[in-house]
Amino acid sequence: MDTRRGIVGGMNKLLILGAGTAGTMAANHLLATLDKSAWSITVVDQDTEHRYQPGYLFIPFWMKPERVVKDRRELLHDGIEFVEAGIAKVHREEREVELVDGRRLSYDWLIIASGTRPDPTLVDGMADGSLWRDKVHEFYTYEGSVALKKSLAEFTEGRILVHITEMPIKCPVAPLEFAFLVEDHFRKQGIRHKVDITYVTPLDGAFTKPVASKELGGLLKDRSIRLAADFAVERIDNEAQKLVAYDGRELPFDLLVTIPPNVGQQFVMDSGLGNDAGFVPVDKHTLRSVVDERIFVLGDASDIPTSKAGSVAHFAVEEFIDNFVAAVDGRPLPNAFDGHANCFIESGRGQAMLLDFNYDTQPLKGTFPVPVVGPMTLLKPSRANHLGKLAFEQIYWKMLLPGHKLPVSSHMSMAGKRQPKE
Amino acid sequence: MPTNTLNDRTFEVDAEGFLTRRDDWSEDLAADMAALIGIDLSDEHLAILRFMREDSAQTGVTPTLRRIQTVGGFDIKTLFALYPGKPAKKMAWLSGLPKPVGCV
Repeated sequence: MDTRRGIVGGMNKLLILGAGTAGTMAANHLLATLDKSAWSITVVDQDTEHRYQPGYLFIPFWMKPERVVKDRRELLHDGIEFVEAGIAKVHREEREVELVDGRRLSYDWLIIASGTRPDPTLVDGMADGSLWRDKVHEFYTYEGSVALKKSLAEFTEGRILVHITEMPIKCPVAPLEFAFLVEDHFRKQGIRHKVDITYVTPLDGAFTKPVASKELGGLLKDRSIRLAADFAVERIDNEAQKLVAYDGRELPFDLLVTIPPNVGQQFVMDSGLGNDAGFVPVDKHTLRSVVDERIFVLGDASDIPTSKAGSVAHFAVEEFIDNFVAAVDGRPLPNAFDGHANCFIESGRGQAMLLDFNYDTQPLKGTFPVPVVGPMTLLKPSRANHLGKLAFEQIYWKMLLPGHKLPVSSHMSMAGKRQPKE
Repeated sequence: MPTNTLNDRTFEVDAEGFLTRRDDWSEDLAADMAALIGIDLSDEHLAILRFMREDSAQTGVTPTLRRIQTVGGFDIKTLFALYPGKPAKKMAWLSGLPKPVGCV
């Protein structure tokens, strides 16, 4: 009997649902950590295409769509088995996962890394409207951003709404980035004066945290982007081309770029593992399911109260590895994830801002990663941040997914950050 | 953090007046605060605030309007009727929970 990793006879089976950012990183990290003679690692996904999702923001403007796609299997190290199949249901009593094709995969430990997806069927007149993918668009899917590219190229004048339906959404700053980039796009074409842009949010502003709000609150006005805040959308009126709110407000549009409600995968809901939106409740520090100690949830699929973003998945996975080994050994979990997120925000004009925050600390001003020197600036547009964002594409493929350590701590550091005065 | 006092009840608030300590809240305080924004707090009003507090105790975040509808069973139109204008913000303020926020 091999007791080194809590194994009772035979191989221990680790099953990972989802070969996106979190699932791929976790598989590669664990392959390097676990005893290969005692473990099998299997990753399931419904297709073989891994997409670099930050690229979806750029596809409508300049990025070639094919550039964001690589084969999932090539990103998983040798020794990891890949199964291409849709997932139907997790049977946790039997420790089995049922696939759409009827096969069942058993596991000893399960990692759910199935992410989040936009669900445009949840708003009346969105996916079921006549204007969908014509004048009503989203850029949270590959298909959506490609379709938006076409409409944007044909757009010469009129009203554009950049709209968030409801929080939480993946990459919460992406809509704001889109607003800045679309403003810049029309400015460069010399037709900015013919385009009216409004940023529509259910929150009370584009920036909701005190320091960010103080530092960046004027940015939309500076770019002549209107703000419609506290906007709870009831439906899209396709005939009149209007976005209608519960309080009676109506915003006419010629092009609506909306972020549909984001939800978890259907199999999560069907397995009884998700909350109302299909996100799996976990302990926010250990990412372990609150109902099943054999299940961990990495990336956007969990309900942790921080941004749904690749950077969060990255930092969380690094904290998770030691915890997983301890869990298998039956020891207390040594690491507590702090909700660390690190996000670039494209702000147009060839510049970007940088956010660095966690569960307890709001985005602050300062420099990153080194105090004073930077080279990147927190909460302030700069060229260096923009170049950082572009460089991240290669870091993602070549360092992050293979499981190489980056020179950035998975715990948030206060070094270089300036506290607001009371 | 600044402190507010209302009808002899003292509570800590953030810069926008939202309660920062969960335990400072009571239904009586909510009723007094509601009067300040022209709402006569009925049982119907209170039921929503109670749901929001129970829900956030589990999730750690203030529930969205959509969640208050799907999980709490309160129709969004009712929320707008009971808390006119900005129900998300008003209900968060009255239930002693943080204002709904994004990441920045």
